[in-house]
Amino acid sequence: MSSNRSTIPIGPYHPLQEEPEFWKLIVEGEKVVDVDVRIGYNHRGIEKLSEAKSFDQSIFIVERICGICSSSHPIACVQAVEDICNIEVPERALYIRTITQELERIHSHMLWLGLAGHFIGYNTVFMWSWKYREPICEIMETVTGNRQNYAMHKVGGVRRDIEKEHIPYILTKLDEFLKQLDMLKGAVLDDPVIHARLKGVGVLSREAAINYSAVGPVARASDFDIDVRRDHPYGVYSRLKWNVITQKEGDVFAKAVVRILEMFESASIIRQCLDKMPDGPIDSRPKDIEPGEGIGVIEAPRGECFHYIKCDGTNSPVRHKVRAPTYMNFPTFRETVIGGSVSDATIIMAAIDPCYCCTERMMIVDGDNKELLKAGDLIRLSQEKTRRIKERFGVI
Amino acid sequence: MKFPAYMFAFLVFPGFVFSAVAGLMAGWVDRKVTARLQWRVGPPWYQNFFDILKLLLYKETLIPRGVPKAVFLGMPALGLAAATLVSTIVLITSGMPKIGFIGDVIVVVYLMLIPPITLMLGGFASANSLASLGASREMKLMLSYELPFILALAVPIMKCGYVIRLGDIIAYQRLHGDIFASLSGGISFFVMLLCIQAKLGFVPFDMPEAETELMGGPYIEYSGKALAIFKLTKAVMTVAIPAFMIALYLGGIKLTLDGIVKAVIKYILILTAMIIIKNTNPRVRIDQAVKFFWGIVMVLAAVSLVLAFMGR
Repeated sequence: MSSNRSTIPIGPYHPLQEEPEFWKLIVEGEKVVDVDVRIGYNHRGIEKLSEAKSFDQSIFIVERICGICSSSHPIACVQAVEDICNIEVPERALYIRTITQELERIHSHMLWLGLAGHFIGYNTVFMWSWKYREPICEIMETVTGNRQNYAMHKVGGVRRDIEKEHIPYILTKLDEFLKQLDMLKGAVLDDPVIHARLKGVGVLSREAAINYSAVGPVARASDFDIDVRRDHPYGVYSRLKWNVITQKEGDVFAKAVVRILEMFESASIIRQCLDKMPDGPIDSRPKDIEPGEGIGVIEAPRGECFHYIKCDGTNSPVRHKVRAPTYMNFPTFRETVIGGSVSDATIIMAAIDPCYCCTERMMIVDGDNKELLKAGDLIRLSQEKTRRIKERFGVI
Repeated sequence: MKFPAYMFAFLVFPGFVFSAVAGLMAGWVDRKVTARLQWRVGPPWYQNFFDILKLLLYKETLIPRGVPKAVFLGMPALGLAAATLVSTIVLITSGMPKIGFIGDVIVVVYLMLIPPITLMLGGFASANSLASLGASREMKLMLSYELPFILALAVPIMKCGYVIRLGDIIAYQRLHGDIFASLSGGISFFVMLLCIQAKLGFVPFDMPEAETELMGGPYIEYSGKALAIFKLTKAVMTVAIPAFMIALYLGGIKLTLDGIVKAVIKYILILTAMIIIKNTNPRVRIDQAVKFFWGIVMVLAAVSLVLAFMGR
């Protein structure tokens, strides 16, 4: 390493993010020449926990993978279980799943918009978009009973029906939200200072997006037109009219545009769902899960969320694997951050809407980073510690 | 004035105690207005006093290993002394234009430069990569805003018949009306408003401390009393710099009840303008700030200077 290079540590604890993460920026002056991402400060062993639970219980576990995606992960999980033995899901339940999924998308994008404002020092946008998220939280409360951690989904259907008398309230709240969103869209997308700050910053080309397997809004902002909702339809998306938003530029501004316009699409999807929703049961009450494997793929707010479940005929999974979208988007930093300035690095990193608690159920091992531990080492360390504790208390 | 009178002016009124208290109240106005703009409630009026007292009385002052102690701890004190001197000179002269000496405008401009320089040196002394990055940004920012600031300052000097005594500028305005009312005065007032936004480190020019990038930049290693003194310096400057602008453009402070109320209203208007700029803009990059000050702001300052020369 040459002498004029220094390290700017962003993390493990940094005011930028509310979760522990470590981005090591190697800089020359203000210019970033290299970047290393280290995660693994938030390991909770959710996949292993899930294997010890029944299918009804593991939904609640995966719901707690992430506070924001507490509808996406359960839907992907129940879809994986339903995929094992082709469980029929009632029509009305599919509509309700779609509605919660889209409400969550709006909610998540609003949170991101606020945080992005905060990262570039625009705290007014931060506070306003979090305030304007409130109607969505209230709708969520009406629909699911909770503002967060909805406990809405189960294998074969949903737990709670949308009451007829609640629909007008939902629509008024949605209108209220759209009016505020329209104002915020103007304030953010037409601000010349924001243009100066975000346009042409952290450009991810289409080729790079494909090569790094970027997913979700990050890919769509780079003109890489993928969306699980359209490509592998689940829920009732194939029966509704909506557009996949893409942008050509691939910079941070394009990512913001994609997310803001997606919120309007989501609102339109919710309206159509409430309009077309048929009457009927909301739960097919499946009895047994046969041995087999299943996958559930959905479009979470941050991109494709993947759940794999293997079942041996008992009522709990023998293997439960989760791949969250942020995991796929992290490596794009090498393309976007290097060559920019330190001031831009933070907003570029925030532009993929990183969600560590989604991503971290395992260690990422970087090729030439010898300090990091592999899965085997972790198991060994854990066993050694258990043995030490047992020895100390004289159990062995 | 006798020596005890000088000391009273410097330490109590209108120097340190008055300026610090007024500055902390101004800081509260800032926090409250910001909070109301952002759908929040905001703190009670004594919040800033509690913050400072907590730092001064209860918090430990940590000194990182291997830093030059004299520089690290001396810089906050030097900065506060310079800021207090600025506020003393400016406030006394605004109230009593006859007191003062020839060239006090220039002395004030130089003294105003000392707090950012002390912050910069303190940042470099704290042996932290984030602090030195913040300090180097502070240096670039200072270089960028100082030139338009001085050009803008030349307008009142020129309009008052090339005087460099603050008292003379105020006396001229009492006779011929505020400089702000003229075209060149208005433009240069606006230029100076942008410059003091940067001088006080408000968004969009807070990149030296950039909370979400540098975690406070030069302040990062400061704690306890040293941090409290830096905060007091900022509070004193929040009073002194707008007061300097009032003296230059808005006719200073007349020492009648009416005049004092008017001056306070003018001060609050300037402060509110800064708070509104602060809350409707994201932080810009340092290169954008340099371009902004050396480009469009400098052109504006030059235009106002030419207009002043033409007597507009």
